[in-house]
Amino acid sequence: MYSQGLIGADGKTAEDEAFIARFQKRIDAEEKIEPNDPMPEGYRKTLVRQIGQHAHSEIVGMLPEGNWITRAPTLRRKAALLAKVQDEGGHGLYLYSAAETLGVSREQMTEELLSGKAKYSSIFNYPTPTWADIGMIGWLVDGAAIMNQIPLCRCSYGPYSRAMIRVCKEESFHQRQGYEIVMTLAQGTPEQRRMAQESLDRWWWPSLMMFGPHDGDSVNSDQSMKWKIKRFTNDELRQKFVDATVPQAERIGLKMPDPDLKWNEEKQGYDFGPINWDEFWKVVKGGGPMNRERIAARRKAWEDGAWVREAALAHAEKRKMARLAAE
Amino acid sequence: MAHDKVLFEILIRLADDHLVLGHRLSEWCGHAPMLEEDLSMPNMALDLIGQARSLYAYAGEIENRGRDEDAIAYLRTEPEYKNLLLVEKPNEDFAHTMLRQFYFAVFMEEFWKEAISSSDNTLAGIAGKAMKEIAYHIRHCGEWIIRLGDGTEESSRRMRAAVEVLHPYTDEMFDHDDVVAAAVSAEIIPDPLLLRPRWEQGVQTVFKAAKITMPNDYWALRGGRAGQHGEEMGFLLADLQYMQRTYPGMTW
Repeated sequence: MYSQGLIGADGKTAEDEAFIARFQKRIDAEEKIEPNDPMPEGYRKTLVRQIGQHAHSEIVGMLPEGNWITRAPTLRRKAALLAKVQDEGGHGLYLYSAAETLGVSREQMTEELLSGKAKYSSIFNYPTPTWADIGMIGWLVDGAAIMNQIPLCRCSYGPYSRAMIRVCKEESFHQRQGYEIVMTLAQGTPEQRRMAQESLDRWWWPSLMMFGPHDGDSVNSDQSMKWKIKRFTNDELRQKFVDATVPQAERIGLKMPDPDLKWNEEKQGYDFGPINWDEFWKVVKGGGPMNRERIAARRKAWEDGAWVREAALAHAEKRKMARLAAE
Repeated sequence: MAHDKVLFEILIRLADDHLVLGHRLSEWCGHAPMLEEDLSMPNMALDLIGQARSLYAYAGEIENRGRDEDAIAYLRTEPEYKNLLLVEKPNEDFAHTMLRQFYFAVFMEEFWKEAISSSDNTLAGIAGKAMKEIAYHIRHCGEWIIRLGDGTEESSRRMRAAVEVLHPYTDEMFDHDDVVAAAVSAEIIPDPLLLRPRWEQGVQTVFKAAKITMPNDYWALRGGRAGQHGEEMGFLLADLQYMQRTYPGMTW
């Protein structure tokens, strides 16, 4: 579903200057770096961390939406939501595969998620108490994801950039679908309009936080930009998102919960109020409304499924032995 | 019994089977034992919900009282749902889920194979599409039954426990009543009794590879076709109907 402005990457690297210079030359020439190419350790680590966070976000992101599949209000919405949540799982799968090309296994990454060591997008630590939240996730969360991911289609690392091309196509479909859910509510009964506005009030600020800290506070941003993992800064992407989304809200008669929001003719963009970074860091560090539940649900699925995975391995082994015995 | 009334009743039974089983499968979404299963269970659920939608929409047309797919799917009382008890049984664990799906899919494959030449053209069309989808369900679930049945000690124990719990619900698939008799004689559906040997053979083949014995001594359990459900059904409907009941008459 989306990757956050990267949290806590360590881009430090120990190769000699000539090696780094050769690598940088390839990056500057817009060459794609492929799995077997030489690369600085810091580049590899940054990517593992970023792709891992992205993959985990897709997987954890299945939970708040999956929550509504059995309660979707119509069969058409139910089918669309099932397909969407399945797409998110599919994105997780390609992303884990992309990370595996850098030498980390899916099991390793899963363990890091379950132990709390690996991060995932803070947005999924908010609850989805109403149907309108399903619309908001599509419209705002996937909308923010697209802002982040379109530039990632040109990321210097080949497998990640190729995964992003496919992911972006699906995300833009999800975003339109989410907006359509919200629009239907906004054009519905007063009760439905209230449901939509109340949900927007809850999701707007966390969506802006998805782009990560301000540029000045984002310590690893420069190195990621230099390596062309990132193409735009957190603040640039956040501004693009606000500029694209505010008119969409106006068109359907919803109001962003920001008294400072106003059009700035000079910069040809919106000015908006201060983001509550205390809340952001609290949620990133585990104190959000749903952090414990999300990890507990993933851990339960993993632990409850252990016997299934063991059985699959044991059966494959038995088959292999039987084949060898027959030869 | 009037032809349309029989056809309507048959469509509702089939649609309810698909909706309820799709609902159960979709409960796994995000909680599966591995990511691949987080993709394949919603995939099967989507097939089932899609088939349910075609069947409800057609039932609404036949009934001709202005009910659309959602009015029928969401706004009935529990005894008006006519699904098999088998499909409403809770997920319990992955062994139960795969077995429940497998029992139903093997039956439906045989059913759709014959329904392709139904005297009702619309049902025949639905059968054609469903046939293509169900082959995957059988293969996928059948492979899991074999892996689990002949995997570890624990998986084999769980698989056998699932057979013990679910097998008694399979007889209801082959039951005859006035509606089935009328639909069979109007050549709308195949005679379920004739499908039974084929179903048994399909199940037996997989059970043999899975080292599982087919039970032959059990008390059959039935009731769903007559609207008599188990205790779990009310909770399922509470989830399913929540939005439509809480906010009646709105567009979503």
